Amino acid sequence: MFSALAMITVRNPVHAALFLVLAFFTSGALWLLLEAEFLGIVLVLVYVGAVMVLFLFVVMMLDINIAKMRAGYAKYLPVGLLVGAAMAAEMIIILTKSNFEHVQANAKPADYSNTQELGKLLFTEYVYPFEIAGVILLVAIIAAITLTMRKRAVSKQQKPHEQISVQRKDRVRLANLDRE
Amino acid sequence: MITLTHFLVLGAILFSLSIAGIFLNRKNIILLLMAIELMLLAVNMNFVAFSYYLDDLAGQVFVFFILTVAAAEAAIGLAILVVLYRNRSTINVQDIDNLKG
Repeated sequence: MFSALAMITVRNPVHAALFLVLAFFTSGALWLLLEAEFLGIVLVLVYVGAVMVLFLFVVMMLDINIAKMRAGYAKYLPVGLLVGAAMAAEMIIILTKSNFEHVQANAKPADYSNTQELGKLLFTEYVYPFEIAGVILLVAIIAAITLTMRKRAVSKQQKPHEQISVQRKDRVRLANLDRE
Repeated sequence: MITLTHFLVLGAILFSLSIAGIFLNRKNIILLLMAIELMLLAVNMNFVAFSYYLDDLAGQVFVFFILTVAAAEAAIGLAILVVLYRNRSTINVQDIDNLKG
């Protein structure tokens, strides 16, 4: 169950991305166990399939001097671990003190479909947020493309406004040729 | 028997790990973005656990939207990162201090 703790090693080199994939896989499996089948599968598809590929792509595209990046790692190690451990300890203490033990999930009927129920809820009660989410994704696509697009000097493209507004004097040149 | 507490503790541990990760990797923006993704995962874990144990699907709907926004955020963040690298040929956080007052 706590196999997701394996990604404590996420801190190490650029392999971190791959460990993050492992973490997403394990939590996807955990969500499957929690009968959130749709979200578990979506997590694996979206994160492992798209976002992590994007991360790996960027990591490999910008080859970075890792040794320089690692400088100062040891300096932040104590304070980082201290803050992390303190937060974890506090939350675990509170969570174990508070009594959630009586909360038990009701057994679902045999023909219960998580995806179907989620879809019903999404398209009735939450239509408006759903559409906003779609718009957000569209904005993300356009923003990512426009940010990374650049004009290439060698690209051959038409310039319609110049083509239309061309005048006769731009193209025709009268030359006086001497008669032989 | 796995109770709700176990899942909440797992979420808390994931969250703390990502905080420690942000502290440790402050030089590298890519790793910072990854730590943020891990944080969102921890939050989503809590949402799904509550939604299962309290029999309320609203939590899963919320997780759905969080996933959407996280994907958009990762895409835009990485695009900004690529442009930044192209212009400055560094992604070291400490070199990016042009706006320092």
